[in-house]
Amino acid sequence: MGKMLAVRFVRLIATILAVSFLTFLMVNLLPGDPINALIPPEAQHDQEFVEQLREEFGLNDPMLVRYGKWLGDAVTGDLGKSVITKQPVAQEIWRRLPITSELAIVSVVFSLMMAVPLGTLSAYKQGKRVDQGISAVAQVSLSIPNFVLGLFLIYLFAMKLRWLPATGWTRLTESVSGNIKSVLLPAMSLALAEIAVYTRVVRSDMVSTLQEDYVLSARAKGLKDRFILFRHALRPSSLTLITVVGLNVGALIGGTVVMEVLFAIPGLGKRLLDAIFQRDFLMVQGITVFIAIVYVTINTVVDIIYMLVDPRIRKKV
Amino acid sequence: MSSPSSSSSPSRFRMVFRVFWAMPIVTKLCTFWLTTIILTAVFADFIPKLADPNYQGFLFGTDVTNDGQSWHHWLGTDNSSRDILSRLIYGTRVSLTVAVTAVAFGTFFGGLLGSFVGYVRGRREAAIMATIDVILAFPALVLLLTVVTLMEKRDLLVISLVVGVLAIPRYARVARANALAVSRREFVAAARAIGTKDRTILWREVVPNVMPTVFAYALVAAAVTVVLEGTLAFLGLSVEPPTASWGVMINSSRADLRINIWPVVWPSLMLVFTVYSLNNVGDWFRIRTAHKAAAL
Repeated sequence: MGKMLAVRFVRLIATILAVSFLTFLMVNLLPGDPINALIPPEAQHDQEFVEQLREEFGLNDPMLVRYGKWLGDAVTGDLGKSVITKQPVAQEIWRRLPITSELAIVSVVFSLMMAVPLGTLSAYKQGKRVDQGISAVAQVSLSIPNFVLGLFLIYLFAMKLRWLPATGWTRLTESVSGNIKSVLLPAMSLALAEIAVYTRVVRSDMVSTLQEDYVLSARAKGLKDRFILFRHALRPSSLTLITVVGLNVGALIGGTVVMEVLFAIPGLGKRLLDAIFQRDFLMVQGITVFIAIVYVTINTVVDIIYMLVDPRIRKKV
Repeated sequence: MSSPSSSSSPSRFRMVFRVFWAMPIVTKLCTFWLTTIILTAVFADFIPKLADPNYQGFLFGTDVTNDGQSWHHWLGTDNSSRDILSRLIYGTRVSLTVAVTAVAFGTFFGGLLGSFVGYVRGRREAAIMATIDVILAFPALVLLLTVVTLMEKRDLLVISLVVGVLAIPRYARVARANALAVSRREFVAAARAIGTKDRTILWREVVPNVMPTVFAYALVAAAVTVVLEGTLAFLGLSVEPPTASWGVMINSSRADLRINIWPVVWPSLMLVFTVYSLNNVGDWFRIRTAHKAAAL
């Protein structure tokens, strides 16, 4: 077990290193000199001035040297400074991270709250009208892109009914109700497709669990259906669910980028997109690496949870 | 997608027809929808009286912006008085081109790469799969955003190529998983026992048995690609305006949502119908191939 954890940990570190190098490579292949974004066009002909700036930002060193320097600083938590605003990248990430995480977590919690009962009901009524109805709705929900859904939710709830704000963000520390209002629409737009995915997973898993002998014996003992479903059948099914939620984090992160742009939310994704348009290379590099690290770490953690929870896998290890 | 055994063309035609006939009614409608939009997009230039998708009539005083449905503009006009129907049809080209390129790149390069490493195993497999894992360690959209930004210009060719190349790792994974299973089958062991060369086994036994699953995956993956292109366009990073694409149309009209929602509604419906159709037909084929593979 300990050995297995160590192996996973080493692999995680290796992946993070590889990911950071790949990001560095990509960002440094960006056409156009980042210096040109900083200074007015008339100053760009001033070779001496440009040279001085290049030296200041360390752009004259060979790429591997620059990567080494950047990595060395990154390990100590220094991801460099924005080329445009001069803010430290790490500080910018920490400032915006709570917003993006709140959005992601709310949408996951909301979709699980919907998907678990729906999937269970679907499996329990397997092949009946209810099951078919849920499956059909799930297939349609999967086909609605999140930005399309978000736009129509804005139209309905913000423009027509005027219940919720169309854009902007109120931090939790400023106002709780304001915060709930600003997270509701983007989280719902993200959740619909997730609900569909998770409902399918819970259903298919539950269908096979319900055929197990121990469910039959529980039924023979005269236990209530509801008790069997949520106490006996749900726990083994939740393993697959954990994995799928972990795998879905990638899509979720992509989704938060889109939602932050659509709803003008000052989160990480919005900052990444702004940085991309401004060619703010250190910012793009920092945020991209950070997102990739979060993603691979979550997946490793999910794998480990999976190993810890399922006795069969634990034994094999 | 039909089985490779059919030889003469009339029987192949009959087979395609039989496959179509076996579909449930919804899947039939989806196939019909996909065929219709493909044909319309391909032959858009030959549709009589279809307006120029980039003609801005209000500049010449001939059309009104944000107009409702009329005889001249069946679906109305957008905020630059361009004909929405025409832009939808030309926009289909963008979505389909990107999707077809991704499917082609994915099935060809990804399918072959996956079959290869799944069959040969060993160090080559470890190296290639490690690379693929690193690429897949980025959330798809974030990677796509970063790579698209690297491009000097963003025309249909560039976007299709980027999306196509980035599709390869996922296909390779699907293909490898299947190649692993196929390589353990008796017919592969038999071929090896009679001294067949590895390369021949790969081409004759492994690849033909891996490809149907990869194709079935391709339809569902195509739906994801259509959404990805739409998302890129929505973020302003797909084909550059004025080229019409469904996502570009949604993005350019969303500021006027309060004034006129229709320029957003139509491309949204196109996206949803198309993605739903691809998912539906894809699921149907996937279940069918799974049955066939089990009977292999």
